[in-house]
Amino acid sequence: MSDQTIAAGERAVTRSRTRPEANRDENLLEVEDLSVSFVRRGAQPVRAVDGVSFVVRPGQIVGIVGESGSGKSVTSLAVMGLLPQRGVVASGQIRYRGQDLLTLGAKKLSDLRGREIAMVFQDPMSSLNPVIPIGTQVTEVLLRHFDVSRGEARAEAEHLLRRVGIPDPGRRLKEYPHQLSGGMRQRALIAIALACKPALLICDEPTTALDVTIQAQVLELLKELVNDLDTAMVMITHDLGVVAGLCDFVNVMYAGRVVESAPRHELFAHPRHRYTEGLLASMPRLDHPRTEPLRPIRGTPRDIVSWTKACAFAPRCDHADEACMSPDLELVLDGPGEHRMRCVHPAPLASDVADDD
Amino acid sequence: MLRFVIRRILLMVPVLFGLSVLLFLWVRALPGDPARALLGEKATPESIASVNAQYGFDKPLLQQYLIYTSRLLRGDFGNSPRTGEPVLGTFIQRFPATVELGVAALIFAVVVGIPLGYLAAKRAGGWLDSFAVGTSLAGVVIPVFVLAYLLKVVFAVGLHGPLHVLAFLPSSGRQSARIDATHITNFYVLDGLLTREWDASWDAVVHLILPAIALGSIPLAIIVRMTRASVIDVLNEDYVRTANSKGLAPGLITRRHVLRNALLPVVTVIGLQTGALLAGAVLTESVFAINGIGSYLFTAISNLDFAVLQGFILFIALIYAVVNLLVDLSYGVIDPRLRTR
Repeated sequence: MSDQTIAAGERAVTRSRTRPEANRDENLLEVEDLSVSFVRRGAQPVRAVDGVSFVVRPGQIVGIVGESGSGKSVTSLAVMGLLPQRGVVASGQIRYRGQDLLTLGAKKLSDLRGREIAMVFQDPMSSLNPVIPIGTQVTEVLLRHFDVSRGEARAEAEHLLRRVGIPDPGRRLKEYPHQLSGGMRQRALIAIALACKPALLICDEPTTALDVTIQAQVLELLKELVNDLDTAMVMITHDLGVVAGLCDFVNVMYAGRVVESAPRHELFAHPRHRYTEGLLASMPRLDHPRTEPLRPIRGTPRDIVSWTKACAFAPRCDHADEACMSPDLELVLDGPGEHRMRCVHPAPLASDVADDD
Repeated sequence: MLRFVIRRILLMVPVLFGLSVLLFLWVRALPGDPARALLGEKATPESIASVNAQYGFDKPLLQQYLIYTSRLLRGDFGNSPRTGEPVLGTFIQRFPATVELGVAALIFAVVVGIPLGYLAAKRAGGWLDSFAVGTSLAGVVIPVFVLAYLLKVVFAVGLHGPLHVLAFLPSSGRQSARIDATHITNFYVLDGLLTREWDASWDAVVHLILPAIALGSIPLAIIVRMTRASVIDVLNEDYVRTANSKGLAPGLITRRHVLRNALLPVVTVIGLQTGALLAGAVLTESVFAINGIGSYLFTAISNLDFAVLQGFILFIALIYAVVNLLVDLSYGVIDPRLRTR
């Protein structure tokens, strides 16, 4: 493919980019009091997400951190409108540029999906269709949202694959997912997600399935791409290391609720909620002696009480007492930069976790 | 790829050899005396002995087998003692009728079964799902010949009373007698197209409708259930979620992302159904008086016509093996992961 055709494809794509210019002060995404319950006949409904609120500004990188079952993935699927159609009850609001996605029609939602809001999924091994060439899987999203010819879409796809660091993109377009390594597949998925230069990218643990060395490369790539495209990103992860290198603002989730939210530096410097504190303390550190055992949070995420009765983290918390048994604890403003937390016995500000040993 | 095909074809040799041995022994283990079956109840011992000598039934089994195999290898499948016709010639002459019926039955099963299975999967648990699963269960449970007679009575012969209007289809044969069609290939539908005798072609199609539905009921049932299960699996796959996250139109997601993946196991099943189709053809052809290999085999079994049984069953086994080879090869077309490099 000549450079000229690539340029033509790019022009076509750029031309059809008609997006209201981002107002820096306006929030791109506002999730307000979002609750998602899974309902099954003959069983108690399970509330996976329980009154979650957060905002994403244009170009901002927001982290959602929590362990398995904390509701972070369900939150992301709700934003994408990809929750299962049956057996799910969602309430609250998910406003994208002021439009509530939860009440938006299926057609209008699919116009936004892939175009305005895109997603990179956790498992690159299973997230690409095994029987269709990579090229088609990239071009179909371009053909859906832009008024381009097949040739232009193909040229743009080749450009995209090159952009995400896939060598020999012309050949790769004709290949099938099984012919690519895990890292390459995740790069291809990133290319697909960013194909239409969306305003918001949601990444659901994009590096969990990858080798550690590849993880760093992929994160670096994501960071670079969203910076170049001025795309806002919601990074869903259980890995505080990912958050530390990437996010502007962090929401920590536990048992379906946000327990602490703060700008990245503020959170790492002054973790207040005991769960955040535990997460930070449990990270292996290079500057600690190798013989020192890791300090896990005791118990498992299954040791949960309902938020309506007490702090859900109380059964696993070393500082829990009677005061923690009050129902529906508030998420209170607690520090600079909109630092909020939901804890009766927060970690004292003076004892920075990094210094206390 | 070529090596794979050659290996598969070579593998068919021992299979067919083993089958010829089994067939030889099985036919001779059948109750009843072929000479008596040929000559009738009142045959004298002398005439029976002479028939046995003529066809070599008086020789030891091993010698009979050697004669049989050496003739097979020379392509000589013998003649039917009843009609005197060569087995191979009869087979070739009657084969098109059966292929036409089998293909029509398969088309019916696929065209109805895949959409029905897909819709059942999309609405798993709903009334359409229950209907599809129920119907497919009935399709498996009701014997082909019962269904064939039912269809014939309702849609060809006609019920008493107002329901008689349903009887608008021909009850038997492959073409109406009034049509004086030219036959080149003996595939009547194809012949009509080749000679541009459209009405002859259409007449043949109309004659195929009832037999095809009767014969197609078994593969239909299995295709519905396979498609349903397979689509339910694929709908939960991550790549379908990815396709949804691109905002693609539902129709495109169904065709490109769901069905292509879901049909892999269905294709396997369709290949395996060739056996059921050929077996079902024996009865279907008898009910609808179609001069295919099925009805001929039916007569041969009733008359203990050894030569015909041996020959026809061997041909059928060969067809079965070839069809399944084709199915195996088609995997590579549908699933790139199975392509040999």
